[in-house]
Amino acid sequence: MRHYLSLILYLAVCLLIVVTFQQNWLNPYIQIVMMFIGINVMLSSSLNLINGYMGEFSCGHAGFMAVGAYAASLLNMGLFTTTSVFGHSIFIGPRYAVFLFPVTLIIAGVAAALVGLLVAIPSFKTRGDYLAIITLAVNYIVKSSIENIQVIGGARGFMGMRQVVTAMTDMIDIPWLMIWILAFIGISIVALKRFVGSTYGKGVIAIRDDEIAAEIMSVNTQRVKLIAFMLSSGIAGIAGGLFAHVLGYINPGTFTIMKSTEIMVMVYLGGMGSLSGSVMSAILFTVMLEFLRPLQLFKWVLIPLLLIVLMLFRPEGLMGNRELTDVFPRLRRLFSSREY
Amino acid sequence: MPLLEFKQINHFFGGLQAVHNFNLTLESGELIGLIGPNGAGKTTIFNLMSGFYKPTQGDILFQENSITHLKPHQVTALGLARTFQNIRMWNSMTVLENLCISQHYRMGYSFMDAIFSTKTYHENEKAVVNLAMEILDILGLSSAANEYPKNLPYGLQRRVEIGRALTIKPSLLLLDEPAAGMNPSDIDKLIELIRWIRERFHLTIWLIEHQMKVVMSLCERLCVLDFGQIIAEGSPSDVKNNPRVISAYLGDEGADDAEN
Repeated sequence: MRHYLSLILYLAVCLLIVVTFQQNWLNPYIQIVMMFIGINVMLSSSLNLINGYMGEFSCGHAGFMAVGAYAASLLNMGLFTTTSVFGHSIFIGPRYAVFLFPVTLIIAGVAAALVGLLVAIPSFKTRGDYLAIITLAVNYIVKSSIENIQVIGGARGFMGMRQVVTAMTDMIDIPWLMIWILAFIGISIVALKRFVGSTYGKGVIAIRDDEIAAEIMSVNTQRVKLIAFMLSSGIAGIAGGLFAHVLGYINPGTFTIMKSTEIMVMVYLGGMGSLSGSVMSAILFTVMLEFLRPLQLFKWVLIPLLLIVLMLFRPEGLMGNRELTDVFPRLRRLFSSREY
Repeated sequence: MPLLEFKQINHFFGGLQAVHNFNLTLESGELIGLIGPNGAGKTTIFNLMSGFYKPTQGDILFQENSITHLKPHQVTALGLARTFQNIRMWNSMTVLENLCISQHYRMGYSFMDAIFSTKTYHENEKAVVNLAMEILDILGLSSAANEYPKNLPYGLQRRVEIGRALTIKPSLLLLDEPAAGMNPSDIDKLIELIRWIRERFHLTIWLIEHQMKVVMSLCERLCVLDFGQIIAEGSPSDVKNNPRVISAYLGDEGADDAEN
């Protein structure tokens, strides 16, 4: 029982959120903000694997997000809607949307993970600032490629993902998007947590601490880096797919270095190498952005200022290197550290 | 059957020849020392052996198989473990975790097992932790298992690093200046430790050392390197009186004095 406490708690929270959505107790604006929070949680925790645990400086996370967003959108539009960009060649009808939506998201994740190879392979030979430049380049490669493929809308972007969501709610009227966001948050956090908690995954931390020692003391650094980059970009891809469906419209301009920076800020705000920190800061940062919206342009004065203040007084981020269970040891007794 | 064989190794860093026609054979069970003045190429030899550098020419055989073109982690997996001149522990992790990660090469599960938390994963993880604890127990370090290596006293850090090398279950252990920066009482303990682990684990040990006390009391055979070349080889007492060795360490005048 205690073993599954965290799982049960998470499911209870999910159920609560889903019911709130179902009954429309919250206005649509808050609902959308909550979905963005969920997506940001996935983005920041997956980037934390690279920037925090592995100690690399990846600043092209939005690129992987873009790949996932476009892959999922194109696939869903082609499969489930008649206004498909590819004509009717792969149209199988809207009634399958309910079952196949998560599958298309996972395919989007795989596509993003494959693009992650563009960063993973150079990372065998180079690291630090040079790898940071490569990640930046990959971000731009993805963005510019999409901009120049006219079939998928080029720089204008494309829309219509609402139809996919509508197709799902037509079948069974429950808040599908939020459900899938919650499900994929759970899956990705558990995957990341278990990966970095296993001795195999701690190879990532060994690379951060001393790469030469890791390489000589039997860690297959190339494979570990490959897995870390692909896992991280895969989760970003899934998050991107969900993002596209929440917005209903995507264009390459969304996935620039600005978006990458936003994700990076969340990672450093939460603390490098702390998953619970990433989750907390994703929530905090997204909410803060929304609360400060009335300030309009001054928001972008205040938020960087807050960051500067934070970095002055807590340079290691909110949680530093620690997890929530390290800060409150009492929690650990409650939650066995193996699950979730 | 020789355990390790260097065949005509030459290694260049750009135009600088760091290792010059290096030939050496190590028999199983030996305890051999590699000494020489600073910059003689001792650590380069170790780095060539652990696969960190690829020799420009020549071949290295370990148990009669060429290891010249293997990656470092593959060389380690064959049973060739080493320590470093300046201690290289993974300092953000505990001693126990350090000793677990070094068993990476025989982790019997993939990352998918870890993510799905399968039975294979739990069994392997348990075996890894058990071995690490066993080694810590043997070295009398079990109380330090949950400490961070950087918080330990220097002598203990060395011990932990040797422990980490032992988790690889090596047949050949390379120690790169194990006594560097140690005080005399630590050195005595270290000499004892090296002797003891050699018996306990049936190891072949090859060490680089500047502390003559360590070299003279431990090694059965010495190999003296200068400018990447072997200038003398033999028992410690032979080497000690070899004029070429003395001149390498003390200059030509020193050699003259020794002869007179």
